[in-house]
Amino acid sequence: MLTYLKVFLVGGALCALGEVLILKTKLTPARILVVYITAGAALSALGLYGPLARFAFAGATVPLTGFGHALAQGAISAVQETGLLGAFTGGLAATAGGIAAAVFFGFLAALLFRPRPKDF
Amino acid sequence: MQQSGKKQALIREYAQLVRRLTPKSQLGLGCLRAFWVGGAICLLGQWIAEAAQRWLSLPLSAAQTAASITLVFLTALLTGIGVFDRIARYAGAGTVVPITGFANAMVSPAMEFKPEGWVLGTGARLFTIAGPVLVYGIASSVIVGILYYFIRW
Repeated sequence: MLTYLKVFLVGGALCALGEVLILKTKLTPARILVVYITAGAALSALGLYGPLARFAFAGATVPLTGFGHALAQGAISAVQETGLLGAFTGGLAATAGGIAAAVFFGFLAALLFRPRPKDF
Repeated sequence: MQQSGKKQALIREYAQLVRRLTPKSQLGLGCLRAFWVGGAICLLGQWIAEAAQRWLSLPLSAAQTAASITLVFLTALLTGIGVFDRIARYAGAGTVVPITGFANAMVSPAMEFKPEGWVLGTGARLFTIAGPVLVYGIASSVIVGILYYFIRW
């Protein structure tokens, strides 16, 4: 139960921070995503994001900073296994599932659904 | 003179009305919405990951990947039937920051630009926003890997 509280609070806090960035700065959602993934990779490399992920589980891994964390950790563990080559293979290998799913389901949605007029 | 006094009073009254009817703080309200919806999405991800660990006996990292894929699938489905946009308009960053935002940024233009063709419409526009995200994400991971190779902290 405590785990779920941590997941909710940390995940919620990362999203609330994003809302502050959107409202207070001129950052568009696309820029928020870029900032979050880059910040996640940097914090992960500095050893700061790992403890957060162990503390809050999905609260830290579902937000896009967690995607950056997975990319960085993938690169690091691949370098440990295969040397410099791992710097190029590790990141994508660790995140391949999410990326392939987004490409595939995005394509499938375009195939199956009719684009709707934006009603706002 | 009388006329202008009346006008002044009317303007004051209107200003009071505006103050009374605007939400106390746009920022506070937006943060609250982003907080609870974003937190709920993470909670959903946690439940999926735990279910994958328990029922499919996957190790933690594979279970997290399974959770990501499931969230991406749900986002694509909800975007397709037009529900995601409504949730996103309410939640703001609450749906943008989790992996649902990344997925929606691919699915939405892929559908919207279908009339421009399967190759340069759907195929290219899938990456309008996801492209930059992947460029900076992948470049960061390569830099981290190279630095790690030479420094090994």
